[in-house]
Amino acid sequence: MKILVCISRVPDTEARVAFTAEGSAFDESGVTFIMNPYDEWYALVRALELKESLGGSVTVVHVGTAASDPIIRKALAIGADDAVRIDAEASSADFTARQLAAFAKSENYDLILCGKETIDYNGAEVPGMLAELLGLPFVSHAEKLEMEGQKFVLTRPVTGGTEVVEVEGPLVVSAAKGMAEQRIPNMRGIMMAKRKPLKVVPPVEVEEKVQFVHFELPPAKKEVKLIDPENMDELVRLLHEEAKVI
Amino acid sequence: MAHTTSIQKGSTAKQDRFQFHDYYLVEELLSEEHRMARAAVRDWVKQEVSPIIEDYAERAECPVHLFKGLAEIGAFGPSLPVEYGGGGMDEIAYGVIMQELERGDSGIRSMASVQGSLVMYPIFRYGSEEQKRKYLPKLGSGEFIGCFGLTEPDHGSNPAGMTSTLRKDADAYILNGAKMWITNSPIADIAVVWARDDEGKIRGVIVEKGMKGFSAPEIHGKWSLRASITGELVFEDVRVPKENLLPEAEGLKAPLSCLSKARYGIAWGAIGAALDCYDSALRYAKERIQFGKPIGQFQLTQKKLAEMITEITKAQLLAWRLGVLANEGRASAAQISMAKRNNVYMALQIAREARQIHGGMGITNEYPIMRHMMNLETVLTYEGTHDIHLLITGQDITGLSAFK
Ligand SMILES: Cc1cc2nc3c(=O)[nH]c(=O)nc-3n(C[C@H](O)[C@H](O)[C@H](O)COP(=O)(O)OP(=O)(O)OC[C@H]3O[C@@H](n4cnc5c(N)ncnc54)[C@H](O)[C@@H]3O)c2cc1C
Repeated sequence: MKILVCISRVPDTEARVAFTAEGSAFDESGVTFIMNPYDEWYALVRALELKESLGGSVTVVHVGTAASDPIIRKALAIGADDAVRIDAEASSADFTARQLAAFAKSENYDLILCGKETIDYNGAEVPGMLAELLGLPFVSHAEKLEMEGQKFVLTRPVTGGTEVVEVEGPLVVSAAKGMAEQRIPNMRGIMMAKRKPLKVVPPVEVEEKVQFVHFELPPAKKEVKLIDPENMDELVRLLHEEAKVI
Repeated sequence: MAHTTSIQKGSTAKQDRFQFHDYYLVEELLSEEHRMARAAVRDWVKQEVSPIIEDYAERAECPVHLFKGLAEIGAFGPSLPVEYGGGGMDEIAYGVIMQELERGDSGIRSMASVQGSLVMYPIFRYGSEEQKRKYLPKLGSGEFIGCFGLTEPDHGSNPAGMTSTLRKDADAYILNGAKMWITNSPIADIAVVWARDDEGKIRGVIVEKGMKGFSAPEIHGKWSLRASITGELVFEDVRVPKENLLPEAEGLKAPLSCLSKARYGIAWGAIGAALDCYDSALRYAKERIQFGKPIGQFQLTQKKLAEMITEITKAQLLAWRLGVLANEGRASAAQISMAKRNNVYMALQIAREARQIHGGMGITNEYPIMRHMMNLETVLTYEGTHDIHLLITGQDITGLSAFK
């Protein structure tokens, strides 16, 4: 089975979020970047498990600049066979999906896996757009992905339960928590990653349709008042007089 | 932040919130592999070590199951060649791995130091091709646990005085004597043991568990390195086949070369323990309110914290430079002694200061401080005591030996 995994680069969960002057862009100074956990822990690892049981290959693809090479090497260290970096700033979901689609079209992948969303913008748009651009079926937020003969069987959460869908490939899947378990790269993998191919390809022409206008931080958290659980009267008084909610 | 008013027992304090500190951006001097190795081992420690270590240390039990995990991540002999079960990495990678392990616990780092530098390395460096093929892959994969027997009950700082003997007898050597303070010995499958042959020369042999006359009782009652198991090695007319003699090892310089490897790793490792103490103290100083402000706002607390990060930064640079020299094959034993001594003492001082910053909480198992502090008392002593390393530097710069 030939699998493509789309990986994204996001700020570390501990990163302090700030914006450059007038909120025009995310301020990257002093921020550590990591592979988007949904891509790394679930999409990539499930792809590797499928390859291990069924044979085939796992390619990772990323839209980004050379600054992303460390996260691509990490994907190779975890076990991907080769990597492709489309050399352009991933400026919007639309732009990114078009770049990924142009690349994915050139190869016949049986399965394209993405994370369900990135942990920075949380847009969850790319996988759906990619499927549409490729004319492939799309299953989002899959918590389980199994093969039954030639069919993919996917489990996804719905309100109050789960839904099981059967799809004939090729298809695009966005992976949610539960699909696999994080794999920490070992030293051997890290050394092997150095020798695995990382191909850099130029982006295709895409008309930019989206412009970011402005970013803003949520209002600063107010101070917290701790009230003794015994002292209900004080709680009621504060809710009434200060918070004015009752 | 002003609204987190108090740290309560049983709160999230035990969660491993460690953040790396690199004040002089020393990481930029490292390669992408080094940084990846650091991140991977840190993730592994957060996942496998931090959640269990206080409990094991408290019960003075060795988490033996971690041997497999350490092997899987590649912590055993990372700088040995791949074909012999190593990782094919350089010395800086080895240092970084030891640092991240010791950030978790010095005992866990000791498991890896001994296996890699004191068991795999001597077999790799001084062993026959058959010995390398027979033991190294099994040690690298954690199937075998090894230990290293140099110290004797009456010969610690002065291993040249050792009295264990290897008497030639047809196709074997008869081993007699006792070794003391041997990390991993009660659970080891093999022991690399140093003893004197008929001519009085120091030689190394591989002793296997189950050989007649060989036992390895555990040493109990340690208040330090409690998650690492320590024992004796007792040999009563143990018949060691001659194929188990390390053919290339002759004289004290052979075991000392192994110690150089391990000490090098300790020079890096101790910084990990220091970083963990500093990180915890820094966070606590910002969160703990007394007299209406975070204690980190008081000058005396700032002095402690500022001196800690200064010392850590100096140690990081020392370790880095030593790593570059080691990669070039130019790190002398005396240079390694200086770094081991400086960095371990630095870590112990930081543990003590960090303990004070945590106030009463600092003596509890809610924070890693006391565990690191107690561990570091061993690290200060094993692999050459603090004072012995000073005398090695003294000898190196004056050309005069204080040992004679
Ligand atoms: C937990 C633990 C694990 C260990 N693991 C191992 C292991 O795996 N393998 C192994 O072989 N050994 C191991 N050791 C032994 C360790 O290396 C020795 O304890 C160490 O070398 C010191 O020897 P000693 O304890 O006999 O102290 P001694 O040598 O008796 O020293 C006592 C004191 O005298 C000082 N001293 C000695 N000689 C001089 C001198 N000439 N000038 C000035 N001061 C001097 C020392 O600095 C020290 O302060 C371990 C020790 C511990 C505690």
